[in-house]
Amino acid sequence: MTEALRQTAADPIPAGAARPLTGNEAIARGVWEAGARVAAAYPGTPSTEILENIATYPASDIHAQWSTNEKTGMDVTIGASFAGVRAFTAMKHVGLNVAADALMSFSYIGVNGGLVVAICDDPGIHSSQNEQDSRIYARFAQVPVLEPCDGQEALDFTRQAFDISEQFDTPVFVRSTTRLSHTRSAVVMGAREEPASRGFTENPKKNVMIPAHARMQHGVVLERERRLKDWLADNPLNRVEPGDTRVGIITSGIPYTYVKEVMPDASVLKLGVTWPLPDRLIRDFCASVERVIVVEELEPLIEDALKAMGIACEGKAYFPREGEFSPEIVHDALARAGLMVPRQNAAPFEFAPMIRPPVLCAGCPHAACFMALRALDARVAGDIGCYTLAVVEPLKSMDTCVSMGSSIANAVGMAKAGTETKPIVATIGDSTFLHSGIPPLIDAVYNGADITVFLLDNHITAMTGGQDHPGTGRTLRGDPAPRVDFMELVKSLGVSWVQKVDSYDTATLQRTLREAMAYKGVSVVISDRPCVLDPVRIKGPAMEVEQESCIACQACMNLGCPAITWSEGWHEGRHKVKIDPEACIGCSLCAQLCTSHSIKPIH
Amino acid sequence: MMGEKMNRTMNVLIVGVGGQGVIMVSKVLAQLCQADGHDVKQSEVHGMAKRGGGVFSHVRFGPKVWSPTIPEGEVDILVALEWAEGLRWLKHLKPDTGTFIADCQKIVPPFACRNRKRGAEPAYAPQTPEEIIEQVHAGYVMDATGMAANLGNARASNTVLLGALSTVLDFPEEAWIEIIASTVPAKSAEINRAAFAEGRAWAMGGDKRIDVTAGGLHKAHSEIHHPQVDTILEITEEWCKGCDICVKMCPERCLRLNDRLKAELALPDLCTGCQLCAWLCPDQAISVTNIPVTEPAE
Repeated sequence: MTEALRQTAADPIPAGAARPLTGNEAIARGVWEAGARVAAAYPGTPSTEILENIATYPASDIHAQWSTNEKTGMDVTIGASFAGVRAFTAMKHVGLNVAADALMSFSYIGVNGGLVVAICDDPGIHSSQNEQDSRIYARFAQVPVLEPCDGQEALDFTRQAFDISEQFDTPVFVRSTTRLSHTRSAVVMGAREEPASRGFTENPKKNVMIPAHARMQHGVVLERERRLKDWLADNPLNRVEPGDTRVGIITSGIPYTYVKEVMPDASVLKLGVTWPLPDRLIRDFCASVERVIVVEELEPLIEDALKAMGIACEGKAYFPREGEFSPEIVHDALARAGLMVPRQNAAPFEFAPMIRPPVLCAGCPHAACFMALRALDARVAGDIGCYTLAVVEPLKSMDTCVSMGSSIANAVGMAKAGTETKPIVATIGDSTFLHSGIPPLIDAVYNGADITVFLLDNHITAMTGGQDHPGTGRTLRGDPAPRVDFMELVKSLGVSWVQKVDSYDTATLQRTLREAMAYKGVSVVISDRPCVLDPVRIKGPAMEVEQESCIACQACMNLGCPAITWSEGWHEGRHKVKIDPEACIGCSLCAQLCTSHSIKPIH
Repeated sequence: MMGEKMNRTMNVLIVGVGGQGVIMVSKVLAQLCQADGHDVKQSEVHGMAKRGGGVFSHVRFGPKVWSPTIPEGEVDILVALEWAEGLRWLKHLKPDTGTFIADCQKIVPPFACRNRKRGAEPAYAPQTPEEIIEQVHAGYVMDATGMAANLGNARASNTVLLGALSTVLDFPEEAWIEIIASTVPAKSAEINRAAFAEGRAWAMGGDKRIDVTAGGLHKAHSEIHHPQVDTILEITEEWCKGCDICVKMCPERCLRLNDRLKAELALPDLCTGCQLCAWLCPDQAISVTNIPVTEPAE
């Protein structure tokens, strides 16, 4: 968490005040107002700021922690619910895959203290590896899912979710999307309630899921679904906005705002809860309009349910099933449906946009690591983190990336397939390793895989904006904590070849990797340098390029460092290079690569 | 632009590169609008954007704002903290009434400097301020970074642009100054106040303005003539010991070791004649010669 956020851990904004809050800030406020006592999560865009913001509320009100992964976070909150207090966890859509095992069984158990899970989907894949629709998980696990459309609803729905959780004895989802999580809108604050702790309730038939108990509880869950459907038909969470009866639009969440933007006169059924669906309300609404259109991002969940109910409706016939919606997309789809005049596309400015892909930061310790892997021509199983950017030029040294913690076991499989002629390397960051890299490393050792694991330790969860983890020595609230010693951890798992190297020493880095690859069995190389952005921004004396001696070989450009660009000077028809002193942190990697010794610190 | 109290949604799109302060500009504007009694939505996307990629933030305000994002072609004011990013979003501007406010500063990404061929120029947007300003309803292309640097901190360029933006929107000058002061760190309050004043004064000078220095920054690409060359890459097999340094360090990956474990040029079409292999070869087994091609007389 940034220092600025930590310093705001003062007095919460008073009830009644209005402030512009992001969806994530509003959810955090809702959790605090609902009197939750425990919150735990693993960072993941776009959900990360929820826990960071919860940690700005007084520690005496709520315990907030980073957990090692989403399942652990879910289990911590389940434990708190067992103990009788309101509890909360947040995760991105793919994090729910990790936590799903606990969720599926806990749905049978139900809650003691209310339990709410915020799921942040990423339609459009702004920063993820897929765009799965988490509402399907709600149906799968048979837990209600609330879908707010703006900051105010994000706060209000989160509070209500705790009430529903306790009233119906079920965990409850609040589903956000990237757009809602990162949009600021005016929110009126409420007061915090202080629900009394229920204490632990001994009830093995409900709390211990052995087959005999689970069979009984499954029936309870199905009955819960029936009661919820009935209750939701009259609940203001779902509301009809009467309008032109020639078309009735059923929608939810952010797409509702696009519908109101482009077709303000339509009759609208705004669903605040998209599972379970209020059958009675839906039938009444559909009977009141001539034509029913369902507007939902990603999967046709509502549409399919309506069709199963025998209601004639249209949706994905006009709307895309992939990507993020926008007012333009909703307009175009309604035009295809013959309900609107098509947009005039009179854009006079049609340039081929310049490519500006995200890059590793100037001085990023990952850059030299992947340059070494490219030079050593390894087969690289990658993982999730900033370093996944090494898949493109100029580093271009990552061959696969699947999901959190996949790299090591992927490498084991490649090795066991026996087809690979290149040395096999798994690259994994410190936070990802703690999240889900340890069991596969044990697997590799146990099964005698001939692989090298390159543990990229930059002392932070960097990709999501710099969050602490058990390897940083600090907690979410910035308190000191025991620090994982990666060398000792790896050795204790049975790895006999392990070495730590400085990411800024290219020669040693390459030599060590070469030795590790030559070793038969599991070898581990730990590269050790802090992230240049977090927890503190690193800035050393900048380097400069001596223009007279630069021979424009551009070997330094192979790092992909954003501080290095072409200068106005030429040598044999090629641009010489220069370094932006504001951006350069003085890591000296370019100087180590320079063939003409032209790169030196500025004096 | 607004005159009497608006009865429609105003759309301002702020764009730039990660780390430039796009979010600061949009936060100031959103707070200002809310303080003035408007419904406001401000939408941005984090994540990858931080890593030097493009950043954009939508600010919409009016009696009631629905969509958090601005439909294409509906932007009233486009504020660009970087030139090429401004061009990227220009098609979102209202063709007949939109205002374009841009810093002429170029941030050339490493991706634009990948071509090692002789005479290659950065793959950066070639459009000049003059070309663009002709096509917009109102436009200001200013050297905001230069102005801020002259005041002592180039990073205050976003506040210079806020000064220009303040001349297009109908909020009192004191309200802008107050909210900027409450947003920036106390130690840089004075420079931001000066930066705002400078940007505001500059934009008061007319509704189609280009800073003279902006024209200079966007001068036509280098006129230096680079004659066509033929590259001849020769490898002395007797001296090559197959260490494969050249194979692994070649930026175009056009070399390989052959069956006899000697380096050879496998993909001559990709070779740019950069000579990196020749310089790196510990045995001096590689020579690269670039011979000018004599152009036929016209």
